[in-house]
Amino acid sequence: MAGKFAGSTFIENLPKIYGMYTGGFLVFVLLMAILEQMGVGADTIGILFVAFTIVIYAGIGVLSRTMAVDAYYVAGRQVPAVFNGMATAADWMSGASFVAMAGGIYFGGHGYLAFVVGWTGGYILVASLMAPYLRKFGCYTVPDFIGTRYGGNLPRFLGVVVLAVASFTYVTAQINATGTIASRALQIPFEVGVWFGLLGILLCSMLGGMRAVTWTQVAQYIVLIIAYLVPVFWMSNKQGFGLIPQFVYGDAVQRIGELETLHGLGTLPAVTGAVGGLSALSKPFAAASGTALESWKFVTLVACMMLGTASLPHILMRYFTTPSVRAARQSVAWSLMFIFLLYFTAPALATFTKLQILDPNLATGIIGKSIADVQALEWIQKWSNVGFAQIIDANADGILQLNEFFMRGDIVVLATPEIAGLPYVISGLVAAGGMAAAMSTADGLLLAIANALSHDLYYKIIDPQAETKKRLLVARVLLLAIGAAGAFVASLKLTSILGAVAWAFDFACSGLFFPIVLGIWWKRANRQGAIAGMIGGLVAGTWYLYMVRWGGMEPWIGIDHLRFGMIGMPVSLVLMVVVSLMTPEPDAETQAMVDEIRIPSGDTVLGSTH
Amino acid sequence: MDTSTREDHWRRTKSLMIVTLTIWFIFSFVVHWFASSLNSVTFFGWPLGFYMAAQGSEIVFVITLFWFVKAQDKIDRDCGVAEED
Repeated sequence: MAGKFAGSTFIENLPKIYGMYTGGFLVFVLLMAILEQMGVGADTIGILFVAFTIVIYAGIGVLSRTMAVDAYYVAGRQVPAVFNGMATAADWMSGASFVAMAGGIYFGGHGYLAFVVGWTGGYILVASLMAPYLRKFGCYTVPDFIGTRYGGNLPRFLGVVVLAVASFTYVTAQINATGTIASRALQIPFEVGVWFGLLGILLCSMLGGMRAVTWTQVAQYIVLIIAYLVPVFWMSNKQGFGLIPQFVYGDAVQRIGELETLHGLGTLPAVTGAVGGLSALSKPFAAASGTALESWKFVTLVACMMLGTASLPHILMRYFTTPSVRAARQSVAWSLMFIFLLYFTAPALATFTKLQILDPNLATGIIGKSIADVQALEWIQKWSNVGFAQIIDANADGILQLNEFFMRGDIVVLATPEIAGLPYVISGLVAAGGMAAAMSTADGLLLAIANALSHDLYYKIIDPQAETKKRLLVARVLLLAIGAAGAFVASLKLTSILGAVAWAFDFACSGLFFPIVLGIWWKRANRQGAIAGMIGGLVAGTWYLYMVRWGGMEPWIGIDHLRFGMIGMPVSLVLMVVVSLMTPEPDAETQAMVDEIRIPSGDTVLGSTH
Repeated sequence: MDTSTREDHWRRTKSLMIVTLTIWFIFSFVVHWFASSLNSVTFFGWPLGFYMAAQGSEIVFVITLFWFVKAQDKIDRDCGVAEED
């Protein structure tokens, strides 16, 4: 029954298989470069890049098909630590990380780096507080833990609700990103691109569940990290910034500080009239203002992103797939290592792009040059045509000032190869990388929602007698339905990509962080407390989000809509502790269960098929 | 397994958790609170406050995590509760 992607021989051969895959991908890139030299058009190369990689992922997805419950939900618990680390990194790094992060740093400077800190440090919490214990527990989903630890259907149901709210918020942004990239690379309308992206995502996950998603995510990680690093290294060496740019861009940061003064950053009047979504540089790059409010905003964003990381079910469930508790722990460390490779490159990329645009001594510099010359540049024309860049000569002096050049942050990743004059093959590679990042995250999220609904809501609550075949059929139908719902919402284009991504973290930490952590670390935590904590945290957080975003309320000491977890989490913690202490302690059986998950050896609490 | 082994294992696990989270807390929050003052220090060309947010804290996180994995594994083995290899 099992496809090729299973069995102990397959696991032993993993390094060889993915080594060959990586080699094959590099050969493909080379082939594309040769085609470009032979005069094949940029559009064709873009189409080939995106189409070829999607076909590969879909192929892996089909080969990993399964009809076994534990293979579908937890990949048969045989994913080695390093490979699970790669899969988690792909699961983690979304379209936003790949496309928007460097642009965010370009515009936001030091303040935006809170995302970089927050999206890495959360893994310390995952490793020390959560993952190994949940692995020992042996659950299929996060609500599976909540439901068994606290007992009864209500906590399980609430777990499903928080999971669905957080993950669905996140998945629409990812499907949106796949649609954007597919529509540009394949030259189809955005609305069609969204459904095309969804088709690719479902091919990777429907037949093989977690097993298929795992092996496609490893493949997607390899593509996305190559696609992110190669252009940066190439550009850095071409422009003479150094061999390993990540370690040498300190001087460039300082130089940007000088250029900001030279170009009059902060002294120029704001120019209006730019197309929506475009902005001009207005914040200093490295300088932090030093006010307590600014520091407070930095650390609160870091806190929400970190505690959100440790509560997001599509990440936690990746650690249910390792062969042992020890491997789960190692796997968290590898995940962070693989994520770090991209995240410590993003600030370097933002720095180089900024320097190239600002420095009048460089051939690429545009600020301070004549507008006629700048408008003749190929990349300016191309990105102006699609509404990603704009020049407004506000003071009509024919010279481009800092406040007169507008662009979208996404350009930093998408257009940097062109700014630096790299061949088009690199742009095709970047498109494939962005697609891999968005698809892999969408896959993990869709699977997390569908699994929670099929396992926890359908099997555990509605029909506990359901046969295996029926359970897995329900799981797949749900996957299809949720994917379609996500694509539909994405096609409405309701929020900007980043807003929605940060909200998912806030929802997750408001509703799930304390119920999970205290379930492991505090034996006294009971059902009533968990119910109060989940409802209170989610309701308080959502109410605050609504009030500051749409209700016209003034954010309370800088806690804006990106940081509403700072409201949800304390409410959740206080309610959970107070209500637990006011009600009877959990029974002896539950307390023994908590003792059991605290030690690695011995059987899992829940059986391998449950 | 006797209760004292369990208690000993959990006590050591908790201490390790506290040490790990203390490092985490310092490099997640404390350092960045003082970013503006740190920026007056230059570290291999970088303003230090910017460097810590862009790279320094992240490097500390990676190292801490690999160290934590080793330390926890040692505790598990010492207490005889580690899984078989």
